[in-house]
This record gives sequence, C-alpha cells and structure tokens, in this order.
Amino acid sequence: MTGSESCIISLRGITKYYNGEAVLRGINLDIHDKEFITLLGPSGCGKTTTLRIIGGFVTPDEGDVYFNGKRVNDVPPYKRPVNTVFQKYALFPHLNVYDNIAFGPRLRKMPESEISRRVKEMLELVNLRGFERRSVNLLSGGQQQRVAIARALINDPKVLLLDEPLGALDLKLRKDMQVELKRIQQQMSITFIYVTHDQEEALSMSDTVVVMDMGEIQQIGTPEEIYNEPVNAFVADFIGESNILDGIMVDDLDVVMFGRHFKCLDKGFAKNEPVDVVVRPEDIDIVSVEEGMLSGVVTNVTFKGLHYEIIIDIEGFKWMVQTTDYWPVAAVVGIKIDPDAIHVMKKSKYSGAFGDYSSFSDEHEKLSEPDAKPEQPPAEEEIVD
Amino acid sequence: MNKSSIGARLAAAPYLVWSVLFVVAPLLMVVYYAFTDDSGNFTFLNFAQLGSYSDVFVRSIWFSLIATVVCLVLAYPVAYLIAMRHERTQRVLVMLIMLPMWMNFLLRTYSWMAILEDTGVINSILSKLGLSPVHMINTPGAVILGMVYNYLPYMILPIYSVLAKLERSMIEAAQDLGANRWQVFTRIILPHSMPGIASGLTMVFVPSVSTFYISQKLGGGKFDLIGDTIERQFQTSYNYHLGAAISFVLMVLILVCMAALNKFAADDEGGLLI
Repeated sequence: MTGSESCIISLRGITKYYNGEAVLRGINLDIHDKEFITLLGPSGCGKTTTLRIIGGFVTPDEGDVYFNGKRVNDVPPYKRPVNTVFQKYALFPHLNVYDNIAFGPRLRKMPESEISRRVKEMLELVNLRGFERRSVNLLSGGQQQRVAIARALINDPKVLLLDEPLGALDLKLRKDMQVELKRIQQQMSITFIYVTHDQEEALSMSDTVVVMDMGEIQQIGTPEEIYNEPVNAFVADFIGESNILDGIMVDDLDVVMFGRHFKCLDKGFAKNEPVDVVVRPEDIDIVSVEEGMLSGVVTNVTFKGLHYEIIIDIEGFKWMVQTTDYWPVAAVVGIKIDPDAIHVMKKSKYSGAFGDYSSFSDEHEKLSEPDAKPEQPPAEEEIVD
Repeated sequence: MNKSSIGARLAAAPYLVWSVLFVVAPLLMVVYYAFTDDSGNFTFLNFAQLGSYSDVFVRSIWFSLIATVVCLVLAYPVAYLIAMRHERTQRVLVMLIMLPMWMNFLLRTYSWMAILEDTGVINSILSKLGLSPVHMINTPGAVILGMVYNYLPYMILPIYSVLAKLERSMIEAAQDLGANRWQVFTRIILPHSMPGIASGLTMVFVPSVSTFYISQKLGGGKFDLIGDTIERQFQTSYNYHLGAAISFVLMVLILVCMAALNKFAADDEGGLLI
C-alpha cells in the first residue's frame, strides 16, 4: 500500500490548511532511495510545507506520511531518520564550528574520540578543513552553509532535506555549491529532497523534479521530461522560455495553429480537440518568408551572449526565438518549426494564463524608441495586440 | 573617536558636562570622604571601623543573594511564557509586568506591611477561616519578599528580551538533530538566555544589596542592611567619612560581582552590556 520496494518515503493524500486555506491539496509522492529529488515551484506553492511535513515540523490535516512503509504522522522530528539543512542555516551561535557539527552525535552519546574523528571527516567532505575552532558568527554565507550540511550529514541520515539552501548565496557561489551538493549526494549515496524556486538549479541537479503550484503537484519527471514534455501551460511556462499557443488537434500527428497545419509527433487526442501547443524558442528557425511556415515582423532584438533573443510578431502573437543569426528590427521573416519541436498539451486551468511575449516586447519598444511621441498614450499598440 | 569633527564634539559636550557633574564628581567626593578625617587629613581609620559592620555586610549580601535566586526562579518561566506568545500578546504582558513599577516604591512597600502585619490582610483571612495566625512581618522572609517583589521585573525583562530574539529555526534545528524537549531547553534555550540571565542577576542583586527602607519597614529595624547603615551615617550620625567608606566598599563589592558575572556570561556569548 505504500509503493514499491525501493520507496523510502511516501506521501499519500496530504492536505494541509492554514487559517482555513488549503496550502496543500492531496499530495501523493513516492521518494526512492538514493534519489536527488527536487520540489520546484513559485513561492507559496506548498513545497516548503511538504518538506516540513516530511521533517515532522508540520502535521498534515489529512493524509499519511510513510517512512519505509511505516506510518510516521505522529513521530516527532527528533525521532525521524532525516536531517534538515535550513533555509538560513540555523547554526547555533553559542557554539563553534566543531560543537555545532558535534551536536547530533553528542545527543546520541557517541564517544568523544569517535565524534572528533567524524567531525574531521565531515569538515573534509564540505571542504572546511581546519575550521573546527572558528566561531560560526564569523563565517561567510557559503561557509555557514557548509557547516549546516556537515552538521546534518554527520548523523548518517537516510534522507537529507534541503530547504532552499542556496537562496542566500550569490550566483557564482551558488553554481559551485550546486556541483558540490551533487558530489556530496553521490559520495554519501543517500536521498536528497531539495526545495527550490530556481528552475535552472532544479534541472541541473535533480534525478527527479516535482513541479508544484497552488498546493498541487503539476508534474513529476526527470529534468528532460519536465523540460521537453510539460503536461500543462504552467509547467511549460515555469520551466524555461516557451511560446504557448492555442491549437486544434485535427488528427494524430496533425495540429492546426493560425489556420495552418503543422506536423507533430503527438497523438492520442480526440479529433478536433482544442489543445495548448508549446514551442521552445531555441527550436524555431528563422528563414526567408518564402521558406517559412508562418511569417511576421521582427519587433525586438536582444543580444544575450550565446544567442540573440528575437521577438517576432506573427498575426498579433509575439513569438520568442533564440538564434545565433542576427535579424534587424522591422525585418520581415518566416519561421520554420520541425515536427519534433512541437509539443501538444491538453487544455488545463492554466490555458490562456501564459501565452506570448507581448508584454516583454512592449516594454522594450518603449525603452528602445526614445524619439517616439511621448505624449501619445500607448493605447493603439495595446489594441493591436 | 580619534578624529571627531568639531560638531560631534559640541554635540557630546552636554553629556560630558553631565557625567562630570553627576557621575565623576560624586564618585570623587565619596573617595575623598572615605579616605579623610574631620580635619581633612588622609587616613585609613574609616576603613578600620568597618570591622564592626561585617555582620551587616554579610546579612546584606546573603539576603540579596537569596532574593536574586528567588527572582531568577520566578522570572525565567514567566519570561519564557511571555516570549512564546504572539507578538501582540507579548506587548500586553510586558506592560502588565511593568505596571507596578509605575507606582511609588514606598507605597508598594507600605502595602506589603498592611498585607503581612500580625493583624494584616493575610492574618485576618486566616482567622476568618479559623486558622491560627502566622507571624510574617519583621522576619527575614518579609525583607526578602520585599526585595523580590520590588526587583522582579528587572529579572523578567532582560530574560524575556533575549528569549524573544531566539529564532524558531534554532529550536527546529536542534529537534532535527535529535534533541528532545528537555535537551532543546538545556542545550539551546538556556545557553541562549545566559546574557539575559546575567544582566537580570546584576539588575536585581545590585539594588537589593544597596537597598534601604525595605528592611526598615518590613524587617522592623531588626535586620540592618548596608543601605540602612549608610543612610544612618549621613542622616543621623552625620559621619560622612564612615558613610563614604561603607559606600566605597559596597561599590568595590558590586564591581567585583559584576565582573565575575560578565566573565561567566562572556564564556558563552562574547561580551555583555551592563
């Protein structure tokens, strides 16, 4: 009743209310041994609450939590075989680095000689050799983070919970720590449950990504699945850039957008079913009007280093295209989309909430055209859109 | 401080004048009187007389120690309970703790006389209930009660303020690492509240040890404390030199106590206010 053999933690129908408002609605999730699983979503989606339920700091109002098939709803945090790296590290300010890390083993009455050896080992693991006697108050954010990880891992948890652990670090340090966390997870060969709102972080570190929104799980899958085959407009929009269009699935492998037939690889929809279509900006080729499947006008070009981000207005829908070729503003161009670049999704409550890049381009037009008549309100443009 | 502008110096001037007039000068006068005789000659004679007051010193310190410990035992749970409430409730409760302090000190002590007297409030209730009366006024217990009652808020407030700053995530982190409730208390909450306890101890002990009046009213004059003795030297015997010498020794005693306390708190935190 609690999932497969290798399943170390199972959540079944978890619901949680705060002040009468549901922050989690019927969460079902299986977490496997030695897996790096990431709960990803915008703030307020319920990912931290889910983590705190696993840690034992929050009791679900409905549903059950199983560890290795045993129901643990009422087991207090200190009796659970998991350890947590808290968002702001929560190091004990009255203890030095050594005593912080030794906190867990001392509670379990481990002999001091053994503790000393283990602390050393942990400091080595997190690259803080020789930091034993330092005050934690004088460490940098990255160093505090490492102490927090060592303090959790010294207890040999089966599962490590990480609540946005890199949120307070700067970009460069965050990248380094991502690599390091992944290394630590593989070296210790334990399960990491990682909470973040940073999709890039989730994609680059995880074995499994759980995308959440409004207290519900939207999709569970590998990073590739989540990126290439989002189940709805929310996932498509939240993970990476995407053009989300209205389409009609006239038949298997045949979707109609803008009154034109496009070949695709999707099937299994009802005949003439309205659908959402995702086309990633990097999968679109800009070609001449004659060669193009659709044609429109370039309204904005931004140099991004690796590529140009080009906004093309096609019959009022503003597409984002990422390409290494430069096209000037006002150029009339065609676009070409290969069948495997088209991903068709069922309509959902998110349909229509995310679409084209018109707000993006409007903003840039105003900024990049200083000689446009300033008195004139931009109402015309909005009507056109 | 090394290169402060003229403006900054001018702004500091009133405080400088204030401290010279009302802190430094009185201190120097105490020292001067303590080490001179009536004709203004340098002498240690004032201190030589202190031997006969050793019982007063011992009693003062002993009573104040008991009062301080009682305050700590009473104040800690109160401070903890307040700190665990919602912020708005906390403000109300802190107000209630401070409320008695807005009333005059003498008045509060007088009311305790009325409560504790042989024919006072407590004993009349006891006799109405048919119980035999209890003698409470003019006992060491009454004096210590007076100290505890008057100085309890000074213990509650500093402990409350450090506990209120304790982050919830510290407690969760400790639980997460395997600490049960008792271990969370002894290993996280108690060490964290040490600075508050240390300032509470000072803020209760110092006024208790130098207090006068409480023992005169609640102790019936049977338990002379240092404060009463000093007061008598200045008000009745007009022996400023002996009074100053007692004050001087008391000051040194308090300084030693504070230094010891600060060291004890600094072991955990690293520096302390008071």
